[in-house]
Amino acid sequence: MTQTMAARRPMTRRSRRLTLIGTALAVLALALGLVLFALRDSIVFFYGPTAIAEKGIAPGTRLRLGGLVQAGSVQRGADQNVRFAVGDGNRTMQVAYRGLLPDLFREGQGVVAEGVLQPDGSFRADSVLAKHDENYMPREVADELKKQGHWQDGAKPK
Amino acid sequence: MLIEAGHYALVLALAVCIVQTIVPIWGARRDDAALMEMGAACAVASFVCVAFSFVALSHAYLVSDFSIRNVVENSHSQKPLIYKLTGVWGNHEGSMLLWVLVLTIFAALVALLRRSLPARLRANALGVQGAIAVAFLLFILVTSNPFARLSPAPFEGRDLNPILQDPGLAIHPPLLYVGYVGLSIAFAFALAALIEGRIDAVWARAVRPWTLAAWAFLTLGISMGSYWAYYELGWGGFWFWDPVENASLMPWLAATALLHSVVVMERREALKVWTIFLAILAFSLSLVGTFLVRSGVLTSVHAFATDPGRGAFILGILTIFIGGGLALFAWRAPVLRQGGLFAPISREGALVVNNLLFSTACGTVLVGTLYPLALEALTGAKISVGPPFFNLTVGAIALPLLLLLPFGQQLAWKRGDVAGASQRLMAAFGLAILAALAVFAFTRGGPVLAPIGVGIGAFVTIGSVVEISSRAFGRGVGWRLAMRRAFGLPRAAWGTASAHFGVGITVLGLAAAAWSTETLVVMKPGDRAQVGPYTATLERVVPRSQANYREDVGLLRLTRADGTDAGTLEASKRLYLTRNMPTTEAGIRTMGLSQVYVSLGEAEPGGIGVRLYYKPFVLLIWIGSVFMAIGAFWAMTDRKYRVGAPVRAAVRAAEVREAQA
Repeated sequence: MTQTMAARRPMTRRSRRLTLIGTALAVLALALGLVLFALRDSIVFFYGPTAIAEKGIAPGTRLRLGGLVQAGSVQRGADQNVRFAVGDGNRTMQVAYRGLLPDLFREGQGVVAEGVLQPDGSFRADSVLAKHDENYMPREVADELKKQGHWQDGAKPK
Repeated sequence: MLIEAGHYALVLALAVCIVQTIVPIWGARRDDAALMEMGAACAVASFVCVAFSFVALSHAYLVSDFSIRNVVENSHSQKPLIYKLTGVWGNHEGSMLLWVLVLTIFAALVALLRRSLPARLRANALGVQGAIAVAFLLFILVTSNPFARLSPAPFEGRDLNPILQDPGLAIHPPLLYVGYVGLSIAFAFALAALIEGRIDAVWARAVRPWTLAAWAFLTLGISMGSYWAYYELGWGGFWFWDPVENASLMPWLAATALLHSVVVMERREALKVWTIFLAILAFSLSLVGTFLVRSGVLTSVHAFATDPGRGAFILGILTIFIGGGLALFAWRAPVLRQGGLFAPISREGALVVNNLLFSTACGTVLVGTLYPLALEALTGAKISVGPPFFNLTVGAIALPLLLLLPFGQQLAWKRGDVAGASQRLMAAFGLAILAALAVFAFTRGGPVLAPIGVGIGAFVTIGSVVEISSRAFGRGVGWRLAMRRAFGLPRAAWGTASAHFGVGITVLGLAAAAWSTETLVVMKPGDRAQVGPYTATLERVVPRSQANYREDVGLLRLTRADGTDAGTLEASKRLYLTRNMPTTEAGIRTMGLSQVYVSLGEAEPGGIGVRLYYKPFVLLIWIGSVFMAIGAFWAMTDRKYRVGAPVRAAVRAAEVREAQA
């Protein structure tokens, strides 16, 4: 009886279950491969100026630079070119950027710039983020400042 | 006095919810109808309490009662009335209160809309709802009391974050919360089924309308949030793969999978355990989303009023409900009778593939969102996972999903026919190829993938029309009969087609984004700049002043290539006086489905920085989401979910018995 059933309906319960499990595993394996492949290329590390100097990061590396915009360092050039310095209390780094800056970009405030480290030790940013939160302080920048010992908890607004 | 009453009502709600958690579940165990009925009464009572407390807080905002800390920190007497009201949930404490309010509304609806729910299922579900409410009420009362007084009371408040002073705040958070919290119903029903150890098509029919509603609100909430960010942040972007966005996308992906697996359960009584798992997962991800947004553990461009200290409490709630839910699942799921297996080529087979792809997409977004957090905890290295990761992974998963969507809809239940399905989709496929070729031939610029995107969008859109037409037309069926047959189709079928139509429309809008342009220029009055097919002229920059802000407004005039006028737009740079905080208000001119988008920068040597975008067919992205939501609401009104259709139910039951015999 089982044989005639099998002949008429080629998909047995077992092979159906195997198809299902096989498809699921194939999709998951594919997804895992994709995730690993994509992660390799789209991870960007976050550093402060001190960490960049200490780790000896090679020019040409894409990274996120965080710190405070140094007072008096912002120079606006022609054609929306802006230069400013980002510091974490110990070291500062020159940043060049072209474009509109975020509303909350100001001297003395925390900022995160994403871009590429240049051979001359400066930083060319292609995006600048300043968080539009009431503390004006990205968390990474706060952590970095704490690490460098330039953070007073009392200074943080409630 | 009203404030103290509001605070008291919140405590009362907590007490009522504790009763709601214990009594009905106990009643269900003892099979005591009276005890089970307590659940419904408690659900309504806790709703009344929380609603009163919400009204009390809203009243304090409306009359600018600055003796309350929460009002002082987030309001201002000069603020326009609408923002006084929306300010109630524009802060941490108030938004949690709104969260609980929505939760109790849902519980009360479950209690009041009896449908023909089995009494024990309802009692257990209300018990679980009560437990969730207890956790969040405790959270509010212990860590984030919105009614805390301040003495002495200041004369003026500190104003609401200017970015939140926008009609978007009136729409986006409530929609999103209804979506998030609506998923708690599916979660509660899933746990109720596990407690009882029984699940069947009745369960699926009870859960589906709630899931549809939650999904529709979540879809609208995410899409309105995206539109809000698009016009408010002034970068011209509508999706940044930001952690907060991902936090809302993950429950959406899980809920979409749930929506489809529930259909399989309802029709074929299969995928039972999987559906339960998805229901737990969807709400768990809502909780994770709430945690990520509220705790500020991830840096986000959208995070407001975060407080890491309270994160630990939410993390505790998270652990209890997700851990508890999954533990109950692991313990009780084997008790559930397994449904049958089925042929791979069939409607249910296609829906399994849908579920597989949606949950995989959800998993990759989860990995991308939490990986930086995990890596930082383990190694201390700080990284960010950028848009390329998500575009690649989610894009690669979306591609087969979109291509298979129209096919799945053409397959019959139990045993599908690939040849027949392909034949019915021939026209859709041909038109889609034509659309892609036409776009490829007539446009310049833009990546090669974009015309393919247009083709896929067209295929899904036309495929959704075929969903209806292939069921209405047939051999020898004339127009009139076909129309009658189309209108006779169940509303669920129309809703499905509408939602899938929306998916296609959104894909078309996303593909068109490849042709958008961005120009950065420095302009002074009289200068011109090219923006897409238009020329923009900066006519003048004028200062203006309102009650709570000052602004510099740039007036731009758009002209077409042939010199005819295409209207004006105003972009401005505002300074909110109380917080001394600048914001950019983009100027947007909508032409058909396309938009010209202008934001102003700082004054510079030689003029003012101006960023101009041309966004062709950008509105399709959000219009598509509206079709999706309409589809879900449409399907909800289907006859089979309506209260009391006992005759039909009996007929259907008889049919089922016949089919089984």
